[in-house]
Amino acid sequence: MAMSGGVDSSVAAALLVEQGYEVIGVTMKLWAGEDDPFAAHRFGGCCTVGSSEDARRVAHLLDIPYYVLNLQDEFHARVVDDFVAQYSDGKTPNPCARCNEFIKFRAFLERADELDCQFIATGHYARIERDADGTTHLRRGHDTRKDQSYVLGMLTQHELRRVLLPIGEMEKPLVRERAAKLGMAVATKPDSQEICFVEDDDYAKFVIDRAPQMALPGPIFDENGVKVGNHNGLARYTVGQRKGLGIASANPLFVTKIDGPNNTLIVGSREKLAHDGFGATRATWTQTIPRAGQKVAAQLRAHSVAHAAQIVAADANGFEIQFEAPSQGVTPGQMAVLYDGDEVVGAGTIE
Amino acid sequence: MNRTRIYFDNAATTPLLPAAREAMEPFWNETFGNASSPYATSRAARMALDGARTSVAKLIGAHADEIVWTGGGTESDNWALLGVAFANLEKRGHFIVSQIEHHAVLESAQTLCELGFEVGFARPNALGVVEVGEIVRLMRPNTLLVSLMSANNETGALQNVAAVARICHENGVLFHCDATQSAGKMGLDVDFAGENGVDLLTLSAHKLGGPKGVGALYIRRGTRMKPLLRGGAQERGRRAGTENVPAIAGFGVATNAACCDLESNTAHLENLRDRLENGLSEMEVEIIARNAPRAPHISSFIVQGARAESLALSLDLAGFAVGTGSACASGALEPSHVLAAMGYAPHQAKSALRVSFGTQNTVEEVDEFLETLQRLTERG
Repeated sequence: MAMSGGVDSSVAAALLVEQGYEVIGVTMKLWAGEDDPFAAHRFGGCCTVGSSEDARRVAHLLDIPYYVLNLQDEFHARVVDDFVAQYSDGKTPNPCARCNEFIKFRAFLERADELDCQFIATGHYARIERDADGTTHLRRGHDTRKDQSYVLGMLTQHELRRVLLPIGEMEKPLVRERAAKLGMAVATKPDSQEICFVEDDDYAKFVIDRAPQMALPGPIFDENGVKVGNHNGLARYTVGQRKGLGIASANPLFVTKIDGPNNTLIVGSREKLAHDGFGATRATWTQTIPRAGQKVAAQLRAHSVAHAAQIVAADANGFEIQFEAPSQGVTPGQMAVLYDGDEVVGAGTIE
Repeated sequence: MNRTRIYFDNAATTPLLPAAREAMEPFWNETFGNASSPYATSRAARMALDGARTSVAKLIGAHADEIVWTGGGTESDNWALLGVAFANLEKRGHFIVSQIEHHAVLESAQTLCELGFEVGFARPNALGVVEVGEIVRLMRPNTLLVSLMSANNETGALQNVAAVARICHENGVLFHCDATQSAGKMGLDVDFAGENGVDLLTLSAHKLGGPKGVGALYIRRGTRMKPLLRGGAQERGRRAGTENVPAIAGFGVATNAACCDLESNTAHLENLRDRLENGLSEMEVEIIARNAPRAPHISSFIVQGARAESLALSLDLAGFAVGTGSACASGALEPSHVLAAMGYAPHQAKSALRVSFGTQNTVEEVDEFLETLQRLTERG
């Protein structure tokens, strides 16, 4: 049972114990952060000493073994380095999805094998249904506001067969209530939101510290290639951004493209943010590869609406999507998850 | 929930000896007085401090007035380095510490650098032993102190402390020895059999059957240094703070027991270690520092291709407590700096387990451990 010290995984662990599983609680230590033990941020948030202490207390309350696994090397190589590299390439990466894929499920599953565990479990709000033949279906969580199936979208049968999501059927208020009833101090702990390794939510500073070229000023062009201004370092911009461009214009201008290799920002009108469709790489399919023409709903961010669309082409490596109506939010680097109703069909990285 | 049945991590800490526990008992309530106060209940406390001081002094062949109580091995290590630095703030100067010291020494050395002192870090050879020539190579005219442990806590490898002490004294340099792991496990004398030996020596109670939270620093008469903790005349003004009387009483009794049974204890520990290593040689295992002179109770080994972290957790689930790399605040395990200094690659260091025996362990426990380890590695 992956335990972050938060209320969701704490209640999930309690449910597994109630259901009669032999449970081992584990916190994955992913990020060392700053060296200063007196720094204020060391006292809260994900991946801090404080969060593992919360998890340890819950494990003690449930009378289950509890360990902290050191996955810092894997996390740094697979998630942090990639985050900086993608950003520097003008993409908007999704480190949480990548962490789920490479660390919280793949590396964790390896560790589970080494401890002779049959299943791994997490506190995500999503549901896994199992057919009689063992095939699994990944569905949206019962609590639609909390649904986290998006960040699990890249899991395949290989992982899903061995994953348990004990709170997928529950709504958040009920989870908190349950935690309080169990006497867990974490019942009222706030939800974590930010990317766990970026301090104060300051992505620009984090990227610039590791990729200094991202702080270099450069030109801003409009769609016609006319220079309309200067930017002060690509790390400070994301696609869709309107504020802070410093350009006087009759119509509001938005960042429509970030060209990392040329240190250039492209801006355009709001209409330019809408796309007819998109292509994706690094495809994963929950079941079999869908046929062209299949209707799906494409979700392009966590907690955003899914857009009605259809699959133009799909294979083991990538797919192409056509929206029913031009849609915003196509951000290179972000993950697109395709749904059929509330079931995840597959996922890929937007090109 | 599974509980530890067999405890093989005695280099981390040891169970409290029943005699030590008994000796501590009166000082919680009956004679709880502050050892510095003048009334009757305090006199008993004061007497307990004196008795324990004599015991600890005897363990290492020192005068009783050269033993100063501390809050443990970490404080003693910190104090040895910083205390000498504080006595030399005007001119600053140079320190030598080995790369395989405990972090209590290494991080104090880091602090010395921040204070404007210079530090040389002595490398061990492939057997985990710092050669005398390495110390000579790093020695400078302004070297103030050399710090070298007697037995390494991860490999058990014994260091050339007598020879290094001699070189230090020939050069007018102080010598600090962290004897946390060897004290009570093997013969130990601050004069190293007649040589003009160690000036500062670190001891910890809970590694030899005493309670946690107490240790001592041996300070040779006349050593130029300063206090670390200030604000009281305790310990002749050398270490301020009300003495931890119950713990010190327990430390004294544990020391007596270690002194008394030293030869038979050493033989017992060696027997357990050799039995373990003979059994291990039938598996795909490399024993670290096997050909170095070693303390009798520690054996570290690399289980080829295994992840030590998972193996240690599996062993815990099976009821065995063993060590891996040093644990950090969150409880996650970090690869060993000692193995890195010896030239082991990170992937090898991540496959290393440490077994460390105590006098309470038995050959049956060793056999059971070997069987379990075999089963777990085959499961791999």
